[in-house]
Amino acid sequence: MTALNASRIALHALGRNKLRSALTALGIIIGVGSLIALLAIGHGARAEVEKQVASLGENVIQVSAGSITKSAAKLGLGSSGALTVEDAEALKEEIPDAIAVSPEVKIKTQVVAGNRNWSTEIYGNSPEYFRIRQWATSAGEIFTEQDVRGATKVAVIGQMAADQLFDEDEDPIGELIRIRGVPFKVVGVLAVKGASASGSDQDDSIIIPHTTAIRHLIGKQTGLRRIYVQAASLDVLPTVEKKVGELLRQRHHIETGSDDDFKVRSQLEIAESATATARTMTVLLSLIAGVSLVVGGIGIMNIMLVSVTERTREIGIRMAIGAHRRDIMRQFLIEAVTLSALGGVIGIACGTGAAKMLATLAQWPTLISPDAVLIAFVFSAVVGIFFGYYPARKASRLDPIEALRYE
Amino acid sequence: MNVVIQLERVTRTYALGATTVQALRGVSLQIRSGEFVAILGASGSGKSTLMNLIGCLDRPTAGHYFLDGVDVAKLDHDQLADIRNEKIGFVFQSFNLLTRTSALQNVELPALYSSSRISASLRRNRAREALELVGLAGRAHHHPNQLSGGEQQRVAIARAIANQPSVLLADEPTGNLDSRTSAEIMTVFQSLNQRGITIVMVTHELDIARFAKRNVFMRDGLVRKDELVAAPLDSRAELARWNQAEQTEPQLVLTP
Ligand SMILES: Nc1ncnc2c1ncn2[C@@H]1O[C@H](COP(=O)(O)OP(=O)(O)O)[C@@H](O)[C@H]1O
Ligand SMILES: [Mg+2]
Repeated sequence: MTALNASRIALHALGRNKLRSALTALGIIIGVGSLIALLAIGHGARAEVEKQVASLGENVIQVSAGSITKSAAKLGLGSSGALTVEDAEALKEEIPDAIAVSPEVKIKTQVVAGNRNWSTEIYGNSPEYFRIRQWATSAGEIFTEQDVRGATKVAVIGQMAADQLFDEDEDPIGELIRIRGVPFKVVGVLAVKGASASGSDQDDSIIIPHTTAIRHLIGKQTGLRRIYVQAASLDVLPTVEKKVGELLRQRHHIETGSDDDFKVRSQLEIAESATATARTMTVLLSLIAGVSLVVGGIGIMNIMLVSVTERTREIGIRMAIGAHRRDIMRQFLIEAVTLSALGGVIGIACGTGAAKMLATLAQWPTLISPDAVLIAFVFSAVVGIFFGYYPARKASRLDPIEALRYE
Repeated sequence: MNVVIQLERVTRTYALGATTVQALRGVSLQIRSGEFVAILGASGSGKSTLMNLIGCLDRPTAGHYFLDGVDVAKLDHDQLADIRNEKIGFVFQSFNLLTRTSALQNVELPALYSSSRISASLRRNRAREALELVGLAGRAHHHPNQLSGGEQQRVAIARAIANQPSVLLADEPTGNLDSRTSAEIMTVFQSLNQRGITIVMVTHELDIARFAKRNVFMRDGLVRKDELVAAPLDSRAELARWNQAEQTEPQLVLTP
């Protein structure tokens, strides 16, 4: 018997029991649908995280002020006050591949412009900060090295801060804003950057020279929050990272074996730890979906077994007429695979729809990859073969005489 | 005429738990091409067992069965299936048509399982011809549940002859039919036999057996009597006679 005829017979049989076929396929539809939707969510989350990590800048190394142990109690990050502007300058001078360095201090405070006020994050940095973070202005200019040296009261404001402090038709460039009562001239507005890897809105910020921040806003010598370092290339990123650690340990007189009072993380590590979470989530979610697919497969097996029993007489007739065992086997296998593959196709459509709906309704980032679609389809067909094999074999091994006598 | 079916001391034993049932105890039988044989016997005498063996649905426990000179005991599953497909047509008491499948599709079935590739159009044509031979050309697209018992059995006969087998086997083909419809089925058998098909038919009704050319009587798994019918009944003449009787007398009586 040709494969075409075998398929025709199988489809005919499925068509005779439409409701049952539909309900059986439903198990696979749900399994594949959830697999597609969950993979889309997982992949979407990963892509989002990758985007956020990329928004950090290019070949960035973050040095954070570490915790120090004071009377056996660990204090939070940034509490040591160990990182200094001199550290930053030393990094820039002594590591040739550290092509840009920016010390950073941070204050959260109220900002006033005209009769509006807004609470936001104020960052003190060097002009190199904008290069490290690949952050350009959408209007005006960034501040200069001169501004840092002279501790000038100039500010580059994020888009969110600009929206909150100025009217739409107002040009913020050249305007005065008051930070803790100190007047600053707005010299630039930053382009939109979105959320950071930690989830905060990076556009809700104001960046001023670090010297100005320390002298006019904090008012005393303070430890840095972190130092941004840019490596010359991705290749030298790990070596630069290592050298930064060595140099700081040397400067801070930390002996081998003792805890560091700072923490160095490269963009690679940040990316890894961030995507690792997303990957774990994807794996877990697809595992759940995989389980439901297996349950769907068991449903197919169950119905195929019932079907073989019900159609014992039909099998006997076919055998009496000259069907080979493999013809019977193929007929039932095709039925099972048709059910599962059809369920797979519908499931892919449903899963894609669900992912799209989540993306628009719940604003979840979803990403449907062709790989996931292919895997889901192949998997559903394999489920059909796997769970259809036993019933099909059972059918093909029936004794024709007994099958014909079956009531 | 050459021998088509040759049984030599064939036995068939069924294992039933600890005990065994000897359904056939050594049957020897020779059937030549073109014969129309009726096998008679009481229920349980082994008729169906014998038919299943002749039809290659089963194999003897002991003894030999030669079909067209080939020893069936030496064949495997697939070869037996091919013989059932090409050389033998089987008709059952309970018709055994595929439900929710049209008469035409039922008759096309043997060609679907043929080991020689038969094109869809040839398959269809052969099926139509077979339906014509049994007088059901007009019922090709009816489903079994839209047909009378006699019509269903004629579809089954059409299916049995669709692949042009040399032997037609029928196990109590009229067992579920009234006597008039039975006579109609015998008309089909007699005309097929005239076309050269060898027919072996099981029946427990003597009246039906008289349409055949030879009667084989079985009891307890053995052939007890094997005789030629002196003057086989002609089913057409019988039906004509009944039609006449019907006009004068409402009661249908089979000729004594
Ligand atoms: N599959 C079977 N298992 C056990 N015994 C069987 C089986 N088929 C038939 N028999 C026995 O074999 C004997 C002959 O049966 P069968 O050939 O069907 O007789 P008939 O068709 O003449 O009525 C009976 O005693 C029956 O009970
Ligand atoms: Mg019987």
